[in-house]
This record gives sequence, C-alpha cells and structure tokens, in this order.
Amino acid sequence: MKIQDLIFFLAAAVAVLEPLRVFAVDPAVKEAETKRVELLSSIAPSVVAVFGQTGQGGGSGVLISADGYALSNFHVTSSVGDFMLCGLNDGNLYDAVIVGIDPTGDVALIKLLGRDDFPHAVLGDSDAVQVGDWVYVIGNPFLLATDFHPTVTYGIVSGVHRYQYPAGTFLEYADCLQVDASINPGNSGGPLFNANGELIGINGRASFEKRGRVNIGAGYAISINQIKHFMDHLRSGRIVDHATLGAVVSSRSDGAVVVSNIMEESEAFRRGLLEGDEIVSFAGRSIRSVNQFKNILGIYPKGWKLPLVYRRDEEKHEIYVRLRALHQEAELLSQGGNAPPQPMPEPDPEEKPEQEQDGQGPKKGEPRRPQIPIPAHGAAAAKVPEKYRHLLVKKSGFANYYFNQLEQTRILGWLDSLGNYANAEGTWNLTGRTDRDQAFDLTMAPQGVGLELGEQVFVQTLDDVQFNDEPPDTGGFLIALHQLKQMLVRHEEGFAELYYLGSEPLDGFGPQVDVLATTFEGLESFWYFRKSDGRFVGFNSSLDEQTDDCEVRFLSWENWQGRQFPKDFQVRTAARDFAVFHVEKFAIAPPIAPAD
Amino acid sequence: MKTEFPAQYVDCERRIASRRLSRLAAFVIVCGMVLQYSAELFAESTRSTIDHVLPRMVKIFGSGKGFKGFYAYSTGFLVSPEGHIATVWSYVLDSDQVTVVLNDGRRFSASVVGAEPPLDLAVIKIDSEGLQLPYFDLNEVEEADLGTRVLAFSNMFKVATGDEPVSVMHGVIAARTNLSARRGRFQTPYTGPVYILDAVTNNPGAGGGVIASRSGNLLAMIGKELKNTDSNTWLNYAVPITELRVSIDQIITGIFDTPESEDQEMSIAEEMYRPEMWGMVLVPDVVFRTPAYIDAVRPGTPAETAGLRPDDLILFVNDKLVSSCRAFREAINRQEEGDTMKVVVRRGDQLIAVEFFVPSPEER
Repeated sequence: MKIQDLIFFLAAAVAVLEPLRVFAVDPAVKEAETKRVELLSSIAPSVVAVFGQTGQGGGSGVLISADGYALSNFHVTSSVGDFMLCGLNDGNLYDAVIVGIDPTGDVALIKLLGRDDFPHAVLGDSDAVQVGDWVYVIGNPFLLATDFHPTVTYGIVSGVHRYQYPAGTFLEYADCLQVDASINPGNSGGPLFNANGELIGINGRASFEKRGRVNIGAGYAISINQIKHFMDHLRSGRIVDHATLGAVVSSRSDGAVVVSNIMEESEAFRRGLLEGDEIVSFAGRSIRSVNQFKNILGIYPKGWKLPLVYRRDEEKHEIYVRLRALHQEAELLSQGGNAPPQPMPEPDPEEKPEQEQDGQGPKKGEPRRPQIPIPAHGAAAAKVPEKYRHLLVKKSGFANYYFNQLEQTRILGWLDSLGNYANAEGTWNLTGRTDRDQAFDLTMAPQGVGLELGEQVFVQTLDDVQFNDEPPDTGGFLIALHQLKQMLVRHEEGFAELYYLGSEPLDGFGPQVDVLATTFEGLESFWYFRKSDGRFVGFNSSLDEQTDDCEVRFLSWENWQGRQFPKDFQVRTAARDFAVFHVEKFAIAPPIAPAD
Repeated sequence: MKTEFPAQYVDCERRIASRRLSRLAAFVIVCGMVLQYSAELFAESTRSTIDHVLPRMVKIFGSGKGFKGFYAYSTGFLVSPEGHIATVWSYVLDSDQVTVVLNDGRRFSASVVGAEPPLDLAVIKIDSEGLQLPYFDLNEVEEADLGTRVLAFSNMFKVATGDEPVSVMHGVIAARTNLSARRGRFQTPYTGPVYILDAVTNNPGAGGGVIASRSGNLLAMIGKELKNTDSNTWLNYAVPITELRVSIDQIITGIFDTPESEDQEMSIAEEMYRPEMWGMVLVPDVVFRTPAYIDAVRPGTPAETAGLRPDDLILFVNDKLVSSCRAFREAINRQEEGDTMKVVVRRGDQLIAVEFFVPSPEER
C-alpha cells in the first residue's frame, strides 16, 4: 500500500466517522431503549386505574395475583367506596371490591372481579434498592388515561429508608423510598417498579410546596417489604393497625438512642426494658437515630413479636417483645370513611422538632393532632353491582368481613384434618411425665380443668368467669387448655368471636404462621398454623392485657384412636419455660348425661 | 473536522476505495465496541459518583424556624481538609448556633468564616481536625456543556436527617445563561453565569447543594429558590464552581488580593498603594463594612517600627475617619509620593497616632 493510500484511508475514515460519532446512536443506547420498551409493555398490563362506581374520584393501583388481588392507597379507595371500577390497559373496566385497609400505612388491598388470569406484577425486594437505581412510576396522573393505558414516568431513587411524618396519627410513611420520577395527583396507589420490572413500592405521597400540587422532584413510595408484612393482615379483610413498643425513645447528646419513657403495661417493660436503656438494635437492624427507630417500628403490624437489643451499664441484653396497638379501636374504626383522593402532601417538617419524636403518637396528656376529615359516604357506596353484592359483608372492625370468612374456612379446614372431634365433648384425660420428671394427670371436664403435678393439685372451675393463673406463673395454663378443647371440638361455635388475623413469624423468629384470633368469656387467644403446610403449631392465651400470655407449643403429634393430638407440648410464659409435657395416654370419656 | 482534497485526487482513488470498504467496516465495528464499552462505564459511574459525592455533602441547620416561608435548613459541601464548607449565604447562617450534620450523622457546631454576598456564597467551618474528612478539590472542577447528564445532591425538604444521606436527583444541563432573577420583590445581586437544569433542583433547603456530572466531576452549586424576572416562574439553576472558586479560596485563606466583585469600585490599576507595603495585614474583608482591624504586623517593616500591633483598629488617616477596610485602602491610595501619612489606631481604650512616609509606588 502506498503511503498516499494510507493517508487517504485514514482521512476518509475520519471524514466518515466524525459525523457518525456525532449523530449515530450508541448501540448500547438503542439496546437499552428496546429493553425498556419491552419491559414496560410487559408490566403495564398489571397497572390499574381506580375509579368509583359512578366514575368519580380516581387513582391508581397494581395487580399482584392472577385471581385479582391488587394494591392501592387507602386514601384512594376510601374516597371511592367499597365497590369500584378498575381500568386495565386492555381497555376494559372491571368491577372490584375492597378487601382490607391499613389507614396508618396508607395501603388498601382490593380484588378485581371477573377473571382468574389477571396479569400481575412480581414483588421485588425494596431493601435491596439503592440510591441511584433507575425506577418507573406507572399510573394515572391527572386521570389522563381515558383508554386506561397508564402513564409512565422515569427517574432515580433519591433516598432509601426515609421517614415521613404522619398526617395526624394516620398516613405515616415509614422506611419509604424517595424518587425523583414524577408523582402527581392520580398516581396515588400506583406501582413503583425497579429496572427489572419488579414491584418495589406503592406511590402515594409527594412533597408539595409553593409551586402547587404537582411534582417537584420528591415523591415517596411505601416500600413493598412493609406491605409484605401486612399482606395477610390485609387479606383478612380487617382494618389493620400499626404498632408501638410502649416506650418513647429520644436521642442523647452523644447520638445514642435511649428510652426516655416506658409504659409499665408494655411487654417491653415486663421483659426488663427501663428508662435510660440504650436501644442497640431492633428487628435485627442497628439503631443510630430516632428516625431509624421509627422507620423500623412503622413497617410492622400490631401484635408482631420482634427482637430488641438494649444496653445498660455496658452490658447488652436481647429480648423479644410483642408490639402494642398504635391506635385505640375507636380511632381506627373512624378511618373506614373517606379521605381526599390525591397524593397526600408531606406535612410541614418544621411543625415537629427534629429530635423530639417518639414514634408512638402523641404522648399522654398531649392533645391529639387534628385527624383527617372524614366526610360521610357519598353516592359512591349506594351503587352496588347486584352480581357481586354477596362479596361485601360489613362488620365492625372489618373493611370487608367476606374475605375474613374465606380465610377462616381455609384454616378451619386444616383443623378438620386432625380428625373428628365433633363428638368429643366429654371429659378428656391426659397422663404422662414432664421434662422435670414429674408425673402429671390432667382432667378436662365440662365443669372444670384439674391438674395433678407431682404432689400438687391445681383446679380451674368453669362455673363462673373467674379465671385464675393456674398453676401460678403459667399465664393461666388450665383455662388455656380448656380453650384448646373448645377450638378442637366446637371451632368458632366455642367462642364469642373468631376471626382470621393475618400472619406473623412465630415468636419473632420461627416460621411464618397464619393466625386465628378468638375471644372466650373475655379472654383473648391466638392460634398458630404454619403457612407452609397448615400444621397447627401452638397457641397463646392471655388472662388480661397486663399479664404475659400462656404460650403452648406443640412439639410432636400422635394419632390417638383416629384423632391427632399433641404427644409433646411445651408450656411457657414471660420468656420462661414452665414445663414440657410428654403425653403417655390420651382418653376421651363420652359425655355424662345430666344426673336428673 | 473538515477534509479538503483536490477533486481529481479523489476521482482517481475511487477505484480502489471499494476494496477498502471492508476494512472501513471493521474500523466502524471497533469504534462501536469502544462506544459500547464507554456506555457500560457510564452506567457504572452513576453509582460511583453517588458514592463519591455523598460523603462530601453536609446538612446545615440554623435559624429561620417558626417563620412562615422560612426554612431553618440548607445544604453545604466540604471544600478543604480543615473542615471548610461552602454553602449559600442566607438567613440560615444568621444564628449563634449553626449545626452541621455530616453524611454519617456526626454533628458539629459551625462558625461562619466569611461570605461573598454578591455571589450568594458563604464559607463556614467545623472543627474537624484529625478527622480526615473527604472534601471536593476545587482545582479539579470542570465546566459543563449543554446536554451534560448530571446528578443533583441536596438536603431539600429536610427529608434526610441524622445519618441519612441527602437526596439525589437526575437531570440534564438545559442551558447556560446569565442569571436574571428575583427573590420577592428584590432583584438578586448575582447576575453572572448559571446552569439551568431540567429537574426541579431548587427546592426549600436545596441551596448549597451540588451538581455533579454523571462521571463524578463537581460542576456547580445549587442556588437559593428564585423566580425568573421575565416569566415569574421558579428557576432551577446552579452557579458554576468556576465562578465561586476564587472567592471560596479567598475566604478560606483570608487573602483578598484580587477584588473581583462589581461593587468594589477600586480597580487593580488604581490600587497603587497597599497596606502590606508598610507591613500591615488587615483582617479579611468579608462584609461591606469590615472594620479596619490589623490582623498581623510583618517584622522589619515600617508598621513594626511605628509600634503597631495585631488587633489595632485603624480609625483615621490624615484626620479623616476610615470606617472600613475598603475606606482605608481608598484613603492610602489618595496619598502622593513623598507625603507623610498620619494614621490613628485604637488599642483598648487608647488612641495611638503614628506616621508613615509614602514612598514611590515602585519602591515596594
């Protein structure tokens, strides 16, 4: 090759490539674009436009199961009534019904009706989200999508584990995701997807300020991991509550987070937590600020048991505490009504001083801050599609009791598989030895429950409603056992009230269990069934709110003449073991006919 | 680049050009691969930019709480190993108690080192001796072209508290222009170059935040919330660090030898005499009327011989009152070669008069 050729070649290459470099689209960009378009077309079908029965209101939602369960904001569904119309990007409107609501977390679960093959989103892991990750907000801002093709906005994660103050004592956004993708009125309740198209949050809130109620680059999404904790609670059809520890924490001058006040009725106090103790970690996450503590507390339902590590005199202590209700029942019930159908404005952060938060709502003696106004139900509730009327059952404490009945039936079915207890109302007799090598003889008769343990005898009569802690320091083991008999023999008939509560990790560290709640003569009990296989693993019964539960855990089962009954079970209370009972004989005597 | 070849040369080479097409294609493919590689680096760089910038950002809490429309918080960024922090000059700093919270949640009391109101710039300092805090090296800042993809970092809305990192937004530099804006009814003092952004970067508390390129270069400081004078719309803008760098440096070092701002009437050409020529070093001239305190007296100079000391306050030059550092500089520049200049200083409750010979300006 001549040198001139080479020069020409290089010059020509430069002449050709220079404009190419300027105008040609980087193949990586094209590829990313193609991927993005494909991803959006795969996730957009799961996005829901939510309207009232008369077409009023409006917000967004996202389907999470093929049978039609969908997530939205409480502040969206509360404004459109119990039956709503939901538009999907197939152009169709579907009827939908309310399932469960979480007014504090601003989450609602609804169910779209008429199909069992709805397109639905895949749940991601919001704790894996990092600042700078690309995200998609999909929904119906300004109700633009008259054909139900949702609007897509695109941005990055601006912050993770953010805490946003509640409006009053509701609509608290704890541990939420902050994004700069546009969130506008109408986006509420819609999905936040990560770059892989996984659902990582429910958009519901934005910082609004003097520029009006439009996006200014700071929107907030409820993390999907929080919603996962509440998912079964929401499926129960209940109005679910968030939790408090029963203690107020504050920052010390050295930055440590310490208990500044604690309620003596709280389980935390009974487990040894005192004023002045430093909170080291909570629910497995280390605590370095009051906000962080509130973030963690805000993502768990009332009644969950969580590990807490505290430091006193340089010594660390680990305890498990059951969380108390954040609200009183009456307060919560008042949230069944309406609220504005727009992204809730972030309350002015200046209203509350930075370091004085307790995460427990107002302190004793302080006036409660104004509640969200609850206008009366409008025309929305009036129109009910005849075909689906049976799917809504109103009951106090529930958004829709119909769905609780569904879950009850599912779990009571597991109980039925233990054998036929229906005719077992007579006297039960259990004998065997405990792990302390004491012989026991336990008699459960319709008139009372008696236990001979070694040389001692304990009795709980059933003639009146005076229930005692028998044997002492068991949390009322004998009356707990009577309730077990009620549960096995009579199911819901044996209780004043029985409902499906939701799910929780057993004792704070065990497997996830479905929970039934019962009331018997004023006593509350909780019954645990392993989610993976329905196995009945134990129950808690409490004499009253101020004392520790009697906890009974079934360690193994045996078939006794056609009926499954525990062979080994453990009894404990107040984090102390009472005994493990090894049953050697289990007999049921036929009911004794009345003497006269 | 333009290439100009004689037409006949191109003609005669056309025959063999086709044979080279395949080689050309190979070349294009290689170029494509390089571009693709750079795109991957680009995606990776977003995370590393965030990791680089966040530890250099601070949250500032000061006065303003309780007044409607005022926010008691803003943003700043570390600019020296000694703990200097650049931020916007605002009422937030007008407090005895300015608190700085680092990215990791450590809290410090800060003091205002100096401000340059015409630039809406202030430098504050925390006592971070021995902590080796990361900081932005202002010698490494760049100017950005239109269309540059950027990230914005700020403490907007005080979303972040304690050890929470400040908020991060993405955007593009949409324009570079001179600022024409107002706050309330007042025209802003700064009318120099700004970047205009396509993201809502200028929110409450965002002032003093930074704009960085996606590859991690510090570009600009987010300004206060302002409205465009012409359209009355809120502006999303940031002041290039290149406009602020000299002033930040001057405030940190306390050496103000190149007055740049427009309201300082004296030009360098007019300034024939400087206090240093007699061995007087004045305190940093940080506000409009900085009292003319002597900061240091250089040894072996007429000032030392005359017995002047640090902390003496210069009150009169030739019996005329001088109320500020600037008035003093102006007064000494009214002297003529060969004059005797009479200076009166206050030391404690004493007035002390001294005299200086005015040399020819070349004899420094």
